[in-house]
Amino acid sequence: MIALTINGERRSFEAPLTVADLIDRLQLADKRLALERNGQIVPRGTYLHERLADGDRLEIVVAVGGG
Amino acid sequence: MDQLTIAGKTYTSRLLVGTGKYKDFAQTRAAIEASGTQIVTVAIRRTNIGQNPNEPNLLDAILPSQYTILPNTAGCYNAEDAVRTLRLARELLDGHSLVKLEVLGDPHTLYPNMVETLAAARTLVKEGFEVMVYTSDDPIIARQLEEIGCVAVMPLASLIGSGMGILNPWNLQIIIDTAGVPVLVDAGVGTASDAAIAMELGCDGVLMNTAIAAAKDPVLMASAMRKAVEAGREAFLAGRMPKKSYSAAPSSPTSGLIAPAKGKAA
Repeated sequence: MIALTINGERRSFEAPLTVADLIDRLQLADKRLALERNGQIVPRGTYLHERLADGDRLEIVVAVGGG
Repeated sequence: MDQLTIAGKTYTSRLLVGTGKYKDFAQTRAAIEASGTQIVTVAIRRTNIGQNPNEPNLLDAILPSQYTILPNTAGCYNAEDAVRTLRLARELLDGHSLVKLEVLGDPHTLYPNMVETLAAARTLVKEGFEVMVYTSDDPIIARQLEEIGCVAVMPLASLIGSGMGILNPWNLQIIIDTAGVPVLVDAGVGTASDAAIAMELGCDGVLMNTAIAAAKDPVLMASAMRKAVEAGREAFLAGRMPKKSYSAAPSSPTSGLIAPAKGKAA
């Protein structure tokens, strides 16, 4: 099991887990989003290969209304 | 044709509109359309994770294929957070690099922190972003932001969301006169005349959100703002008459008057 902090929330998942797996697991697959892992942008093209590790801090963001 | 050019791209509308504070996406969309804008700002926020997979997405209602989406850094209080936010935004928007930078200094007044803004601008320009930067109306800082490489400077008219209109037209005029990049008024516009005045002073554009979203009839106000920006721009290009203090000049001929009635001098 690996423990991740996603948007400030602690969640645990079975390893191995790629970013693509996580996005599926969170039902975000059809959304236009961006992801930061431990302060670094994870490009969309690498989601299938990028493997998450225990303790990773993720920010997953979308565009919302704003001025 | 009079067009707005920002970072090498031309636009026919000089009105930029935010997407916040509307009742729902339908109203957002209707107001955006009524405004005639081509550039809309969005904020970048955490998505909910798994609680509501069917939650509608703003960019399904306001399409990136139809509008230039300008991500902002609203809510950022330091350069690092602003830079991270815009890196995420660029990834979100498939590599688009035109962004709005704002770094706030105080949550009550939302006044910009210009020290952090300058720092963020330096980093972002180095990383290849095309930065439209929200700034105080300090002409020296506006010039420094331009020298750093920002593609547009956006001085406030008054506080974000305050609707107070242009509080310091003198500073705004100095910025307009000395800038080599487009100057857009951003923040504090309240009603149509504020937008017209900004354009009459020589601004290249106006960015607003609350003025439209918080109007009783946002769609009608969006239409008013469209006309106000166009009217102000035409008035500017037409070259206004000079102001005359303490004297008047009649618009009608002074000769050929009928004889005055008894007792009145000609």
